[in-house]
Amino acid sequence: MMTSRLDRITTYVVLSGFTLAVLYPLLSIVSLAFHQKNDRVTGFSLPTTFSFHTFVAAWNEGNFSNGMLGSVIVAVSVTIVSAGLSLLTGYAFGTMHFRGKTILFNLFMLGLVFPYEATVIPLYYDFQNVDLVGSYWALILPQIGQSVTLGTFWMRAFFLTTPRSIVEAGRIDGASSFRLLRSVLFPLSKPALLTLCALVFMYTWNEFLLALVLLQGSDNTTAPLGLSYFAGATRAGDPTKVAAASVLVATPVIIAYVFLQRQFIRGVLAGAVKE
Amino acid sequence: MSSPEDRPRARRKLSGRAPGAPRRVAYLYILPALAFYLLFTLFPLGQTVKLSLYAWDGVSPREYVGFANYRELFGDERIRAGFGHALQLVLFFSVLSIVLGLFLTALLTRFPVRGLTFFRTVLFMPQTIATVVVAQAFVWWYAPEGPLNEFLRAIGLSGYAHTWIGDFDWALRAVGAIGTWVTFGLCMVLFLAGAQRIDGSLYEAARVDGAGAVREFLAVTLPGLRNELVVAATLTTITALRSFDLIYNTTSGGPAGETEVPSWLMFYNAFDLPHRVGYAAAIATMLTLTISAVALVLGRLSRAGE
Repeated sequence: MMTSRLDRITTYVVLSGFTLAVLYPLLSIVSLAFHQKNDRVTGFSLPTTFSFHTFVAAWNEGNFSNGMLGSVIVAVSVTIVSAGLSLLTGYAFGTMHFRGKTILFNLFMLGLVFPYEATVIPLYYDFQNVDLVGSYWALILPQIGQSVTLGTFWMRAFFLTTPRSIVEAGRIDGASSFRLLRSVLFPLSKPALLTLCALVFMYTWNEFLLALVLLQGSDNTTAPLGLSYFAGATRAGDPTKVAAASVLVATPVIIAYVFLQRQFIRGVLAGAVKE
Repeated sequence: MSSPEDRPRARRKLSGRAPGAPRRVAYLYILPALAFYLLFTLFPLGQTVKLSLYAWDGVSPREYVGFANYRELFGDERIRAGFGHALQLVLFFSVLSIVLGLFLTALLTRFPVRGLTFFRTVLFMPQTIATVVVAQAFVWWYAPEGPLNEFLRAIGLSGYAHTWIGDFDWALRAVGAIGTWVTFGLCMVLFLAGAQRIDGSLYEAARVDGAGAVREFLAVTLPGLRNELVVAATLTTITALRSFDLIYNTTSGGPAGETEVPSWLMFYNAFDLPHRVGYAAAIATMLTLTISAVALVLGRLSRAGE
């Protein structure tokens, strides 16, 4: 279409405005983290120091080695296990016929809609009965249960796009279904699995409510939970440390996002557009 | 995938033959994931519904009370206000975000914009950041001496400076605006993807008819984005209705209950004294029903015009 020069300039100005609106709050907390308590920071002052002093202090005072370790344990276990399980369900739903297939698939899809917030009360009492409240199991097990619904949806969509001829050729050759998956389809599925892993890792790393409820009264913690407690205790005294802690907690996912932004965006969209 | 009509036929014809035949081994592949899902997600959901029929403090024996929790719920001003707040959040998370997303889509589809990947990456980024972190950023952003108020003072609008999330009138809107910040990029990315699938000849036809940019958007782009609109509305409405992390980490429901939402009231009733677990479960059940209804109605809407 014909667009005038003025039109184009206006477009870039408006776009830059929105970009700034997104970045401004984030940059201002990054900037705050590069201040020290007695700087009396107001508004968006530029960093006074490029030392990581505030980060080190926040890390130590907020005991973030504990929280980061907890988040790594939970996010990595949930990601690996649910990606593995979703590879299997996606394979079955995407390449095989069996009785009750539609009902089972819809059952999984139900999990994409209803709010997991509604499961947290019984989970607390169930885990209390088996003495798992306060342990990372109480976070890992339910989040695998939630992640396999997205995973099943995503991996099925992948397997539906693989050429049927591969599957059929394999079966005619007499390869067992598992051998076919392992030696032919699994290598092909790696990009789809990578996207799924990025998404599940992000959701699990960022999760808050389950950690808040299920780690009650324990020394175990996660990065977001640690940040929430640390902010509550420290904000009034020294907001720069809360800012530094926030940056620390967000960094792993932001690094992953910078490298895998296509996968993240595609994955979130596909998860959203579930027919 | 084969269509529903030919599946039974295929099954009959191919039974006993390898490719395409019904395969029992499929259940083995599904079983592990299904076990996790049933045990740790669906089963607890059922337990929540069951618990909602009991009075229970989490320790002493439960007492079956039928629908008493629900009767109390409907008469409870605080709960009604909570659902009302959630509805207002929908305006910010969903309506405003969709409007902004459409506006940006209209801008971005008129000519090949340079740096589109950069803009898309940045505008989508809030989706990837932990809500707890977003909350900390905005608590500072809204602080009395924070960037927003300093900005207003700098441009001579000091009369508009507030404590925002601590302000009785502004708290809910301030929290809602964070929601808009989080979701509008997602809406834009969804609509951009949809706009790419719109048949280019429709635009040519509109141009031949002499349609301007606005008419063209209303007549071609908007109808072409019907499904994406439904998806965006469903997703953002659900996000608004279930929001907990944001409230807990910015206002904790305050000031004076002005930002209390259902999931927060559920948490508060269940895990704060006097531990009204059954009542909290009833709130959770109502929330689940509300969200299911939204998903169902909007889902119908997307299939309606096809």
